[in-house]
Amino acid sequence: MTQIEEVSIDQFKHLVSERALTGETMLLNMGPQHPSTHGVLRLLLELDGEIVVNCIPDIGYLHTGIEKNMEAKTYQKAEVMTDRLDYMNPMGNNLAYVMAVEKLVDLDVPPRAQALRVILVELQRIASHLVWLGSVGLDLAAMSMFLYCFREREQILDIFELVSGQRMMTTYFRPGGVWRDVPVEFEKAVREFLKIFPKRIDEYETLLTKNPLFLDRMLGLGLLDAATALSYGVTGPTLRASGVDWDLRKARPYSGYEQYDFNVPVLTEGDTYARYLVRIQEFRESLKIIEQALNKLPFGPVRSENRKFVPPPRSEIGVSMESLIHHFKLWTEGFPAPRASVYSAIESPRGELALMLEGDGGPKPLRVHLRTPSFDNLSVLPHIVKGHLVADLVAILASIDIVLGDIDR
Amino acid sequence: MDTKLEPIVKNIQQKFNATFEEFRGEVHLFLKPEQIVDVLTLLRDEHHFELLSALTAVDYYPQTSPRFHVIYQLTSLAKNLSLQLRIPINGNNPGVGAGSYPRIPTATGVYGVANWRERELLDMFGIEFEGHPDPRRILMPEGTEGHPLRKDFPLGYEEPQFTFNFDEIGLHKPRPKE
Repeated sequence: MTQIEEVSIDQFKHLVSERALTGETMLLNMGPQHPSTHGVLRLLLELDGEIVVNCIPDIGYLHTGIEKNMEAKTYQKAEVMTDRLDYMNPMGNNLAYVMAVEKLVDLDVPPRAQALRVILVELQRIASHLVWLGSVGLDLAAMSMFLYCFREREQILDIFELVSGQRMMTTYFRPGGVWRDVPVEFEKAVREFLKIFPKRIDEYETLLTKNPLFLDRMLGLGLLDAATALSYGVTGPTLRASGVDWDLRKARPYSGYEQYDFNVPVLTEGDTYARYLVRIQEFRESLKIIEQALNKLPFGPVRSENRKFVPPPRSEIGVSMESLIHHFKLWTEGFPAPRASVYSAIESPRGELALMLEGDGGPKPLRVHLRTPSFDNLSVLPHIVKGHLVADLVAILASIDIVLGDIDR
Repeated sequence: MDTKLEPIVKNIQQKFNATFEEFRGEVHLFLKPEQIVDVLTLLRDEHHFELLSALTAVDYYPQTSPRFHVIYQLTSLAKNLSLQLRIPINGNNPGVGAGSYPRIPTATGVYGVANWRERELLDMFGIEFEGHPDPRRILMPEGTEGHPLRKDFPLGYEEPQFTFNFDEIGLHKPRPKE
């Protein structure tokens, strides 16, 4: 059994300054402030008055052993664990997982499924950024932002419910395609969203972008230079706000991203305000991608025909003996994957989300490693908050967009 | 292999006597533990691998020699390349306690991200990094016994309760103390 040990200052001796040991500075737990810090992230601060001298993040409160659990499941069944990983980005997690499996077993994906994946993942990016924008507003006491953002997010979640039956834990993408084709109402629902959302972005910008109170709390805070960001493995909008043009959708296109015309917003300031601007611009770029993908959404099958990995449609099982066998084998035993390892990465709303998947020749993975962007993004926090006020730490923490489910796995 | 990657792999191969494997276009270079800091420094400074994307391990239990592979996944933004380094290491040395864990040199001096990722490996696999500035557990609470991602660490589960075994399971369910 785990014993709960009393924590003393000795444990943190090497992390705080000498003044903390003499009692000159104060050690204090921060929180709960950001929605992420309600019980799942502890920030131990060393304070000199109101100035942060040191910041020691303590994580692991949401650790659920997803990697270990996935290693005990077959490739099809392990997928449901990925939804629970980063709960703001279930579609993206599904995509990262199915792409790793497809790479490991060398499985094709029909073009229609690829385009549907892109549309849904970009909608998910917007939904995730909306939650981020809402919680930044909430942290800086702009309460109305939270309500507006959740209003639009609701519309996206309705689209997810339409296609997958679930609002959040979708598991809609499957190795070799998607679960089933989208219903006829899908296109109308997405077009409706495309129509109203640009106006809503303008509305957010009127409320925040030039708001003097907002600027006071954001400008010039938490400066992160490109070299530090790269050394600490920071990716995603946080890295792009520091002047590094790195987006996996452009650099290593997957799932047909090379067909779409979009820009990658890059800013060089590297402060919290730049991170805000990058994400606001990403809203518009995501809309562009969705519109193009929807306009040229190809017709055809949505799942691969490779029966060794993808179960046959229900209609075939009644008339074809082979289909029945394939169905039975796939759902009782699963499909075997070679004894090899692949690394497959996508651009999630927070950065490089990657899976290192290693097969052992059987139907279960030998090792699943989830390279989650928030883990590395948070590890840079202690370096960018030094010397700031406690009140500014709130804005800096919010600006790097952490999801603790993503960090603790 | 990618034509841009080939000279880099050749260079490392010659200098450090490394072997490599290739699968689906990904290159895995196998190195010895004592070489890792030099190789990482060389790759970062001369070949523009600015990003240490992932640092993780695989446990091949019950195989003991090597038992683990420590994996460094590197990304070059300037050249748009990926390279994976693997360090095979053996399992625990004879004896008990923290001193018996497999040890390799820390990469915190080369990449800042290695700090937390190495703490994660210490926590999850019981692999120690020599010279690490902050060797504490990161995800599991202090005082946890064992290392969850090792293959000999059992995956716990709860037996489902049905009507026929409801009382029996209820008897030995963990409950908070009165």
